[in-house]
Amino acid sequence: MIAAFFERLNDVHGLNFSIFYDAFDRSRFLTGLWTTTYICVVSILASLAIGLLGVWIAGSNSRFGRLVVRIYVQFFRNTPPLVQLSFFYFAVGGLLPTVSDGFGGQSPLVSGTGWAIIAFSLFAGAFNVEIFRAGIEAVPETMVEAAESLGYTRFQLWRQIVLPLAFRICLPALNNNLVNLVKTTTLAYAIGVPELLYAASQIWSEMFNVREMMNVLLVTYVLLVAVLVWVMHRWEKAMRIPGYMP
Amino acid sequence: MKTGATDLPVLKPFRAEPIAPSGLAAPTLLSAGLVASAAVIFAASLAVAQATGSTARDGAVTILLRWAPLIFQGFLFNLLISFLSMALGTAVGVLFGVGQVSPSAALRKPAWVATQFFRNAPWLVLLFYAMFLLPFELRLGPVTIAFPAWIKAIIGLALPVAANVSEIVRGGIRSIPSGQWESAEALAFTRRQTMWMIILPQAFKRMIPPWMNLYAILTMATTLISVVGIQDGLTVTRAALVAESRPELMLPMYLLLLLMFFAYCYPIARLTMALERRFNVKG
Repeated sequence: MIAAFFERLNDVHGLNFSIFYDAFDRSRFLTGLWTTTYICVVSILASLAIGLLGVWIAGSNSRFGRLVVRIYVQFFRNTPPLVQLSFFYFAVGGLLPTVSDGFGGQSPLVSGTGWAIIAFSLFAGAFNVEIFRAGIEAVPETMVEAAESLGYTRFQLWRQIVLPLAFRICLPALNNNLVNLVKTTTLAYAIGVPELLYAASQIWSEMFNVREMMNVLLVTYVLLVAVLVWVMHRWEKAMRIPGYMP
Repeated sequence: MKTGATDLPVLKPFRAEPIAPSGLAAPTLLSAGLVASAAVIFAASLAVAQATGSTARDGAVTILLRWAPLIFQGFLFNLLISFLSMALGTAVGVLFGVGQVSPSAALRKPAWVATQFFRNAPWLVLLFYAMFLLPFELRLGPVTIAFPAWIKAIIGLALPVAANVSEIVRGGIRSIPSGQWESAEALAFTRRQTMWMIILPQAFKRMIPPWMNLYAILTMATTLISVVGIQDGLTVTRAALVAESRPELMLPMYLLLLLMFFAYCYPIARLTMALERRFNVKG
C-alpha cells in the first residue's frame, strides 16, 4: 500500500522516495539507521561511564589525577570533534597492528565504527564530567556532612546520597549533551562508517534523489532526537522527588 | 582629642587573606599544566616520528615546518568561515529569537518550529542540505548572484547557529524578571519601548557568555566543510599527509591542527566562564 503510493508519487510527480518502495534502498537505509542507533546507544553508555569515572577522580585527593582529568576535559572540549575522529581513525588507528580476518586478508584491530564509538564517547564524556561536577556541587553540603557523621565511606556516600541527588539536578544538562552526541554521530560519515548519513548519500548518488533523501534524512534525525528527548523527559518525571527540586 | 581616632573597640579596616586557593592561582596552574602536557605529547610524537623515519629522507621536523604555514593558512580560512557564519547566523537568529517571544501567535509559532527543527538537526546534515540544494547562482532579473561552494558552506553553518542564537535570545529575554515588564507598563512604556530600552539592554549582558560558547562550537564545527570538499585546515592536513606518505607523521600532523584549534578555543572558553561568573545573578 505504502510502496504503491510512493511508486505512484515518483511516476506522477517525480518525487523519488526510493527507500519506501525499493527493497534494496530500504534495507540500506535501515542498516544505516541501525548503525546510527548502535553508535548512539553504546557511546551514550560509555560517555556516562567516562563522566562518572572522571568526576570521581576529579573529586579525589590525588592532585595528579585531578590535573589529568582537567586536561582531558579541556582538551576534548576545545578541539573539533571531526579532527579528533580523524586523529583517532587515521593516526592512532594507522599505527595499530592489523589482525588476520580468517579469510586470508588483514583487517584493522579496531573498525571504523569502533573508532567512531571511542572518539564520540571521549568527546561526550568530557562534557559529562563537567555536567556531573556541576550537579555534585549543587548537592547541599549539609547532606554530605550528615552522611559523613553517620560513618559513610566515600563510596557509600556517593552511591547512596550524592549521585542520586546530583543525577536529578544534572538531567537537563545531560539531556542537552546526549542530544548533541546523537547529532555528532553524523561525523562518522567522514571515516566511511555506514551510518545514516552515509547510507543516504549512497542512495542519493545512485538514485539522483538528493532533495527527497535530504528531507527524509533531516526528518529522521529530528525524530531520533525527539525519541531521545521523550525518553529522557519520562525518566526525569519518574525520578522526580516531590518537594526536592532545585 | 585627636580627630579620626577613638578609644572604642571598633573593627579597623583590614585586608583579608584569600581563604581558599586564590582566584588566579588555580586557573594559571591549570593553563600552565595544559600547555605543558600538550607540548610534551606533541614533542614526544614528533620525536618518535623523527626516530622511526628512514634517515635517507627529510626528518619529521623539517617536513612539519614545511607544511605548518600551509596548515595555518587553512586554519585561518576556518576562522574566516566562522566569523562570517556567526555574523549571518546571529542576524537571523536575533530575528527568530525576538519572534519567539512575540505576543502574536502567527509570529511565535513559526519561529519556534524553525528554531526547534534546525537546533535538533545535525550540523553536517544541514551543511549537506545547503551544499546540495542551494543553486550555484541566483538570477534576479538582470542581476546574477553567484553562490560558490564556500558561501553555501557559510549559509549551511549559519542555519544551526541561527537556531541556537534564537534560543539564547529567548532565554535571555525570559531571564529578565517580569517585574521589569510590569513597572515599564506602569510607566506607560509601549511594548516596543520596553523591549528596546529596558529588557534588551539587561538581557544582552546575559546573552554574551552563551553566545561566545556557541561561537567556539561553531569554530570547531567549521572543520565539517572539509567533508564537502572545501580547502580548510583539515583538508590541507590530509593533503600534506598524502603528499608525504609518511605514516609516522600522522600523529604529530593531526596534533598540530588540534593544538591550533585548542589555542584559539581555550581562551574563549576561559573568558566565557569568567563572564558567566561575573554576570551570574543570584536568586
